[in-house]
Amino acid sequence: MMDNKKLNIIIPIFSVFLGFLVGAIVMLAFGYNPIEGYSALFQGAFGSMYNIGETIRRSIPLVLSGLAIAFAFRSGLFNIGAEGQVFVGWFAAVWVGVTFDLPAIIHIPFAILAAAFAGAVWAFVPGILKATRGVHEVVVTIMMNYIALHTTNYLIRTLLSDGGSQSGRIANSASLATPGLQEMFGYSQIHWGFIVSIIFAVFVWFFLEKTTYGYELRAVGFNPHAAKYSGMSVKRNIVLAMVISGALAGIGGAMEGIGTFGYMYTHGAFTNLGFDGIAVALLGANTAPGVVLAAFLFGALKVGALSMPPLSGVPSELVEIVIAMIIFFVAASYMIRLLIMRFKKEEN
Amino acid sequence: MQFIDQFIAMMPMVLFYSAPLIFTALGGVFSERSGVVNIGLEGLMVIGAFSGIVFNIFTADIFGAFTPWLSLLVGAVAAGIFSLMHAVAAVSFRANQVVSGVAINMLAVGLGVFLTREIFGRGQTDSITQPFYTRSVPILSDIPVIGDMFFSGAYYTTYIAIIVAVLGWYVLYKTAFGLRLRAVGEHPMAADTNGINVTRMRYIAVILSGVLAGLGGATYALTISLSFAGSTISGQGFMALAAVIFGKWHPLGALGAAFFFGFAQSLSVVGANFEFLANVPGFYLTIAPYVLTVLALAGLIGRADAPKANGDPYIKGSR
Repeated sequence: MMDNKKLNIIIPIFSVFLGFLVGAIVMLAFGYNPIEGYSALFQGAFGSMYNIGETIRRSIPLVLSGLAIAFAFRSGLFNIGAEGQVFVGWFAAVWVGVTFDLPAIIHIPFAILAAAFAGAVWAFVPGILKATRGVHEVVVTIMMNYIALHTTNYLIRTLLSDGGSQSGRIANSASLATPGLQEMFGYSQIHWGFIVSIIFAVFVWFFLEKTTYGYELRAVGFNPHAAKYSGMSVKRNIVLAMVISGALAGIGGAMEGIGTFGYMYTHGAFTNLGFDGIAVALLGANTAPGVVLAAFLFGALKVGALSMPPLSGVPSELVEIVIAMIIFFVAASYMIRLLIMRFKKEEN
Repeated sequence: MQFIDQFIAMMPMVLFYSAPLIFTALGGVFSERSGVVNIGLEGLMVIGAFSGIVFNIFTADIFGAFTPWLSLLVGAVAAGIFSLMHAVAAVSFRANQVVSGVAINMLAVGLGVFLTREIFGRGQTDSITQPFYTRSVPILSDIPVIGDMFFSGAYYTTYIAIIVAVLGWYVLYKTAFGLRLRAVGEHPMAADTNGINVTRMRYIAVILSGVLAGLGGATYALTISLSFAGSTISGQGFMALAAVIFGKWHPLGALGAAFFFGFAQSLSVVGANFEFLANVPGFYLTIAPYVLTVLALAGLIGRADAPKANGDPYIKGSR
């Protein structure tokens, strides 16, 4: 028998391989050359410093939304609301960036803190309702997503502009993007947020694995009854987990606000940053290092996808299919387990 | 009296906004009652909408006015087949059902838009030429007030949705099949001991949920959007999921919840017509359905208990 730790690494890798395999079969079925398709994808993701910069930029918010969802998962909660928390975080960071005039060393942390706070508040609602009233967090977070979408749109029109569809630009002192870094990466949209995302990945790893709080959260996620019996407060831990999860997703929004864009615009639909975070968390086996790697993979896939139509004629949606299949195989990992076990038996 | 007139005038709108939600929520009820969480409702709706629209475009010349009905059927069958994927993962391969559902959602949109590009050369299909039209029910629409509210200017699909909901209640609560399905969702081991084939029941339930969500998606496409693109189904499946839980996993509860959401949605569209709402900024009406749902869940509905074994794969011989 293989131990679980090994399987936790093998299953995602195997799933990624199978996902690409399905993508290749789809391409073949529609008369495309899969090698051309995938080399276009690779070119698009890593072909030049510009593309690498874009890939990193695309991964940054995914790391944070992935961490947010992984954190909640570990505590036994499903935070579908990361999407909405990204919205309010984005808004809060831009609001701070536009409104205040501070030195960068204060301004940037302040904007990030505001985003974390906004995300935390947004997640507090489902958290407290789950803890005190037993309301299913999935429904409440879905509703909170819509409220976030419409509320930020409304506030952009009224508070951050005069009925326009876009806020003003944030002050330079609040921006994570610097010309020097962007120039280094072929004038891409890369920004220093990658350091922020790594810092929080380390924080989540440390918090979950090395502190008593993290231990309690995991215990509650693993078996709430046993956790309660051994004197932990299940309710407090539920609220705490949701709030931290929301804060992380909010910071993910801040990365778009003060990093990639430097402003916020009204959205007609969801950004999918939060929903993609679900996929990132799952592929990363809900661990911080796994999330970072998975976010980078998905960032590369999403950026690379843009080069597929011009370079190989394959519609960029092929990548969505590949990502979906990867997640599907991660979910149905029992299938892979069976395969591996059968393999082992034959060896013996 | 003006208020009442406007309220009456709003009802057909409530009815047609609700229909896709009713179908899809019923699908959710069947699946979750058997113990399989189905977050994939959204994706199943996408498949229903996509195949309904494509079928409609290509066969409108052959089937004429009958096309939308056949399109509905095609949407249902296609989504039913698509849901097999969720069934295989969730029932046979003990997948985390939430994860598998998320995969279904992503795959459906990816596949739908990919195929749309292949067929139409762009990200959106043409508009259909044979949609459903609003009808007035003969005789019933002549009844004063009630006729105007419920039987004129509505789509027949809405009535079908209501009938299916009642049928769903009957099947789940008044037949042996329904009892077995619920038993499998509450205590699969006990059900197994009594000779019920847990795997088979769950497969049937998931496929039923696919068929119903497909009906919902096709209904939306054939009455409201009239074409398909990646953004055609944007969140209706999640609203249906909310309706399932809001309705406490009961077919008629889900029906009521779907009506409530339909009502709230219509209010945000036509709310400005009401005198007492005229001064309320549109924004408040837009978020009203969602805020009301949260409040209702927090206050009125409170604890909603899912079927006991919801989300747990059944592994024979485990305790």
